[in-house]
Amino acid sequence: MVPLTEGHDPLVIAGEEFGSRLIMGTGGAPSMSVLGEALAASGTELTTVAMRRVDPSSRGSVLDVLREHGIRVLPNTAGCFTAGEAVLTAKLAREALGTNWVKLEVIADEHTLLPDPIELVDAAEQLVDDGFVVLPYTSDDPVLARRLEQVGCAAVMPLGSPIGSGLGIRNPHNIELIVERATVPVVLDAGLGTASDAALAMELGCDAVLLATAVTRAQHPARMAAAMRHAVEAGRLARLAGRIPMRRYAQASSPFEGMVKSS
Amino acid sequence: MKIIVNGEPRDLPEDASVADAVATVTEAPNGVAAALNDEVVSRSAWTATRLTEADRLEVLTAVQGG
Repeated sequence: MVPLTEGHDPLVIAGEEFGSRLIMGTGGAPSMSVLGEALAASGTELTTVAMRRVDPSSRGSVLDVLREHGIRVLPNTAGCFTAGEAVLTAKLAREALGTNWVKLEVIADEHTLLPDPIELVDAAEQLVDDGFVVLPYTSDDPVLARRLEQVGCAAVMPLGSPIGSGLGIRNPHNIELIVERATVPVVLDAGLGTASDAALAMELGCDAVLLATAVTRAQHPARMAAAMRHAVEAGRLARLAGRIPMRRYAQASSPFEGMVKSS
Repeated sequence: MKIIVNGEPRDLPEDASVADAVATVTEAPNGVAAALNDEVVSRSAWTATRLTEADRLEVLTAVQGG
């Protein structure tokens, strides 16, 4: 059989290889066991966690679930509204988890959860200078993506639509523009609702997909996780295969020669 | 003396360290980090770092998110 890709086709971020192009989040799962099943079904190798004040009453840690499945942890700065908060949260995550990788989130308000571009670039610059591998959650703005790359981010992660909305990719044209100009990996992050959204992200040329809610709040999280895994693989293959151009009129796929003639 | 640990006032002895204050909120310091007045204190410095009245200590860990 002809290999479907040339050799292995890993996702490479900051020189590190991942066999899976599906990055998962852990928020929203009803229990640690459901989360574990979903992560296993997704095939993910990199998964986000949030940093919060310790709760003396909480039992079982999301870190145990990740360790059990051999998944690398990616701390985020979810909930931060300023560059200062995000930088402190990233430093605490580095200290607590022993990783200098961070998914940088600096949001503007609780209603839209959209990134605050000014604070985001400021935080990214500070963290890059401090030796972090910065993966910023950004709006689907090609100019902002470019700026984040210029300050040294290891990837750019544009949203498809607002976090948790399930609205899919609202501006595929902008995602294509970001992909065309980026020299770092592009990870479609946020807003995906179902498997076809993930496939579309990959078909548009994204290097990976990051999602949580679409899986953790699905009626059957593990089943949706498996669907996402297949969708990301299918979309990647379709991108590498090179799709046919769209045409205005039909193009027969059966020959017209040798047709039976009726009198 | 009064120390604010994760937003809650706590009474601690005058010579209390960051390690003592962390111990008031968690028994398992693995996967935990602390910031004293918005500056991270590395774990190796917890015992040697003394607290003073009205210090604010944040003790964080990983939870489900993102």
